[in-house]
Amino acid sequence: MIMRKVAVLSTGLTKVDKHWRKSLRELYGEAAKAAINQTKVPQLDALIIGNMCASDLSDQNNIGALLADYLGMTPSMAYRIEAACGSGGAAVLGAYTAVASGMYDFVMTGGVEKLTDGVGGNTTYSLGKAADAEFELFYGSSFVSLNAMIMNHYMHVYHTSREDFADLAVLMHKNGARNPYAQLPFPITRDTVMNSDMISDPISLYDCAPVGDGAAALLLCPLEDAPKYSDTFVEIVGIAGATDTINISSRTDLLTLNSTVVAADRAYKMAKLTPKDIDVAEIHDTFTITGALSVEDLGFCEKGKFHKMLANGAFEAGGIVAINPSGGLKSRGHPVGATGAYQVAEIAMQLCNKADKWQVPDAEVGLAQNIGGSGSSTYITILRRAR
Amino acid sequence: MSVPRYWREMPERTRLEAAKCNRCGIILFPPRGKCMNCGSESFVQYALPRRGKLITFTIVRSPTKGFEKQVPYVLGMVELEDGTKITVPLTDVFPEDVSIGMNVEAVFRKVFEDGESGIIEYAIKFRPTL
Repeated sequence: MIMRKVAVLSTGLTKVDKHWRKSLRELYGEAAKAAINQTKVPQLDALIIGNMCASDLSDQNNIGALLADYLGMTPSMAYRIEAACGSGGAAVLGAYTAVASGMYDFVMTGGVEKLTDGVGGNTTYSLGKAADAEFELFYGSSFVSLNAMIMNHYMHVYHTSREDFADLAVLMHKNGARNPYAQLPFPITRDTVMNSDMISDPISLYDCAPVGDGAAALLLCPLEDAPKYSDTFVEIVGIAGATDTINISSRTDLLTLNSTVVAADRAYKMAKLTPKDIDVAEIHDTFTITGALSVEDLGFCEKGKFHKMLANGAFEAGGIVAINPSGGLKSRGHPVGATGAYQVAEIAMQLCNKADKWQVPDAEVGLAQNIGGSGSSTYITILRRAR
Repeated sequence: MSVPRYWREMPERTRLEAAKCNRCGIILFPPRGKCMNCGSESFVQYALPRRGKLITFTIVRSPTKGFEKQVPYVLGMVELEDGTKITVPLTDVFPEDVSIGMNVEAVFRKVFEDGESGIIEYAIKFRPTL
């Protein structure tokens, strides 16, 4: 099968925030227009959008048509992809296959999420639906409590402390403080985390990504056409998705995100790269434990060692790999169905030298890792600066 | 929760019924359409053991909808005597007395009430072994 090479031609982001005045369609419209207006492509053939909670929180389905209409893209083909918090990464994968296959040339993708449209406990409940509704959610589990069980197990097996995890949140906030799109752009200390309210032991408030709204848009096209429309584009050199059991208790090893291991392996092979080749990575740190498992399962450090590598500066610019210069989910924010699209767009910005104060110097190759559920799905995208 | 939806999962949630693969013998809980180990579609009904050890747990202080009155409550993952792992609530114990490795056993309990006009949901929870 001959597949075309695919480029990310342009990107657009909104700041992640509590956007009380903006609706679902306005948010994506803002990001999409920013991406579209950077280039003059002849037409937009399709829109593939990631979103998780609109049907629960905004009473809206049929997001593809809604956004195609708002952006004046009708009658182009459009649909929404839902893979819980992995929706954004899944949408990018869908758009990639649409272009690579030759079926469409210019495809808008990305993600949008309006979490603040939820009232009372609806937002937490909606997010919890990423888990197994009949055998996890039924018992009063939330997304936090399932990850808390994983974190407690990690601390027990690897003899680590809450402080070790807190330091990951501190690094995220240090990075995010430089990112104008971040929801929580301020530095914190280890004490901020340790003294924050306990949500589900051992996860406290500052181990968690915040609730926010946001949209990220990407315009994809065949690589060979990209130079006609932009001087700054990147190539998608590796992309893959993988799954694991939806119920965390069915996993052989609770401390390995097997979907991440498998998706990363496939994406590295497709790109003919190894973890050592990655200069910058946006990883899925919904909770500090998720960030820890992610850096390990992406091959950036051994199992059980994330805290030692973190203390050595391995995850900062100039270390082994710059992790989450955006601030990650913890500080940039986590508009769930848009998060994976933010990550890919942020890596594209890094490789095009467009990240301003949060730029990682000389980044050539970057990776985005987007998880759905507590590791039940992962989408990996590897980008390289176009040469 | 609709009555049919509650009713159809009763074998698993109230009797701990799992599926045992007729070809490779692996235990699946909850049951699947195909064996994740060997791909077989042939299963026999299998009752999980009612005792096990707590592998990990959390004390929930920020509840999900419908569980507000139960805070703080404990959720745990139990490895049963045959090695099967399940996610279950713990009961009949103070949160501060829960520890990893403790022996636990199955007991029938109320899980939550579905508002003023809904049904009352029951299921198996686990308590420290008496």
